[in-house]
Amino acid sequence: MDYKSIIEKLGGSITVDMYQKMLEIREFEEKIRFLFLEGKMPGTIHQYIGMEACAVGVCSALKEDDVIASTHRSHGHAIAKGLLMNSIMAELYGKATGCCKGKGGSMHIGDIEKGMIPSIAIVGGNIPIIVGVALAFKLKKEKRVAVSFFGDGASNTGAFHEGLNMAAVYNVPAVFVCENNLYAASTNIKRVLKIENIADRAKAYGMRGDIGDGMNVISVFIKAKKAIELARNGKGPTLLELKTFRFCGHSRRDPSNYIPKEEKEYWKKKDPIPFYEKILLKENIINDKRAEEIKRKVEEKVNDAIEFGQQSPEPKPEDTLSGLYVNMEVQV
Amino acid sequence: MRLSIAEALRKAIHDEMQRDERVFCIGEDIGIPAGYGGAFTVTLGLEKDFRERIIDTPISEIGIFGTACGAAIMGMRPIADVQYGDFIFCAMDQVVNQIAKLRYMSGGKIKVPVVIRAPVGVTGRGAQHAQCIEPYFISCPGIKIVAPATAYDAMGLLKSAVRDDDPVLMLEHKLLYGSKGIRAESGGIDASSEIPDENYIVPIGKGIIRREGKDVTVIGILLMMHYNLQAAKILENDGIQCEVIDPRTLYPLDLPLILNSIRKTGRVVIVEESPKQGGIGAEIGVQVAENISDYLLAPITRIAAPNTPAPFSPTLEKFYIPQPEKIADTIRTLIKKY
Repeated sequence: MDYKSIIEKLGGSITVDMYQKMLEIREFEEKIRFLFLEGKMPGTIHQYIGMEACAVGVCSALKEDDVIASTHRSHGHAIAKGLLMNSIMAELYGKATGCCKGKGGSMHIGDIEKGMIPSIAIVGGNIPIIVGVALAFKLKKEKRVAVSFFGDGASNTGAFHEGLNMAAVYNVPAVFVCENNLYAASTNIKRVLKIENIADRAKAYGMRGDIGDGMNVISVFIKAKKAIELARNGKGPTLLELKTFRFCGHSRRDPSNYIPKEEKEYWKKKDPIPFYEKILLKENIINDKRAEEIKRKVEEKVNDAIEFGQQSPEPKPEDTLSGLYVNMEVQV
Repeated sequence: MRLSIAEALRKAIHDEMQRDERVFCIGEDIGIPAGYGGAFTVTLGLEKDFRERIIDTPISEIGIFGTACGAAIMGMRPIADVQYGDFIFCAMDQVVNQIAKLRYMSGGKIKVPVVIRAPVGVTGRGAQHAQCIEPYFISCPGIKIVAPATAYDAMGLLKSAVRDDDPVLMLEHKLLYGSKGIRAESGGIDASSEIPDENYIVPIGKGIIRREGKDVTVIGILLMMHYNLQAAKILENDGIQCEVIDPRTLYPLDLPLILNSIRKTGRVVIVEESPKQGGIGAEIGVQVAENISDYLLAPITRIAAPNTPAPFSPTLEKFYIPQPEKIADTIRTLIKKY
């Protein structure tokens, strides 16, 4: 890839923003992992470490009023789409100041004001919903795009099949981003899928399919931008597969012993953050000093968010009863 | 003008689509020219006036309800239907996990105003085109459930449902539609009404007394409401006066209406077309017991289908569905004893 000309074309601002966003996700996930293992954070967590280039590359190609849907592994998408980090952190702590007022938690992060519906933690479940979001844009003649993020596991659900077929039939402005990190919890995709590329399934729906390197934020950005532009201009949806890997377990304390050591080492060498950092340094977009500054800023931002989350008030117990119906009390 | 339930629903949908361009219909076989107009003709011909907003789907229930959910979040007003209520089970994730819960999970920040239309009732088709699905959804917070037994209520409740900001499941009975032509049902019951010229709604959450009486309160929805009226007629000859209540909405239930009636009669019989275990009779019965057991002269009584799937054979089916005679017999015995 000719990074020099690509980066020149993109401009310094977006390329540095993508770097910072990836660092934010990494720092956020590393810090909460620690807090979680210390028992200071409630609930469960599914982390995005290693996959940062996917969320950041795609979301950087979106407009603010475009809409995304995420999964149980939602933190990365939320940060990339521009949700306030404080409100994400507070949600993980189950606080009243959280983006879902403590009703959602780690698996349901979202903020419609920022173009992210609550994350759907049923594998595959967000795919038909994004078809509906995109259909609404089409019916209202709005030039907005809807993006569904899901994993390799979701591509084997009925919701994937029904959703993609309907998206193609109605030609809605949607992009289906399959982050293929090779493992559905502990099951390697090769055990449950006979074909090499999930993107090949697009053909079966009469939909455009494409594959990007999910460890390379520039590759992701370029592929996503193309798919998003096609969708926005009425040229139909795309199934975009991003080849990626998670450097952490499926959830919580999972040490991912089911992944061979060699495989972990292979992917670790492709860590998207140092990879991208090297490109930015080489093309003189940033220097070492600027990189250090950005890292310090990111660390401060995450620390502030933790402080905010910890200091925020708990919801009132009786808040359990609010926010279900629009104009009706819950019958007790 | 006098309309059947199918005609009243069709007119209500037409009115709402004309009033509000956010309203659209999505389902299988709903707007195919020279087709069915949905399994029971409710949407017949609507595509002529609203081609863009009558969306025919593949046979993809997950897709139908997921799409409705996403569009509703973005401010649309989808009316999503299944050909038979039983088919909703194919899309339980979308209905129960998504449509019902997303607003709550968002901390009350989004709205999911989906109308779900579901034909129900045991009608000569065996076990999988037969179920009265309300027990599954009455235990699902987040969804309102309405069940019109007359054309007047069908129109008024459909309009309320479309205008409501929350998800509403509308149960429609196959034997009450009054569908015509090749989609006509044998054994149907006349549920047509005189529909006023002026626009009206029937509020969600309000039941109605269909027949006044002092001896026993008889509760049932849809077909069972009509059977309860027939049973009440039979019991006139025994000098027994039934107060027949049509809840019209199952959630939120018009409990005050029910309790006031039982305070007067001292007896309550709940009739349902689905199996007795975990049914609406259990729910309504317990709510009565929790609130006014002092007023009860007789045990709370349920008449329901047996705890089996619906059988096919007409002989078996007749045994399965509570018949007016059986309802009358049960009430007669109850009153004799208490």
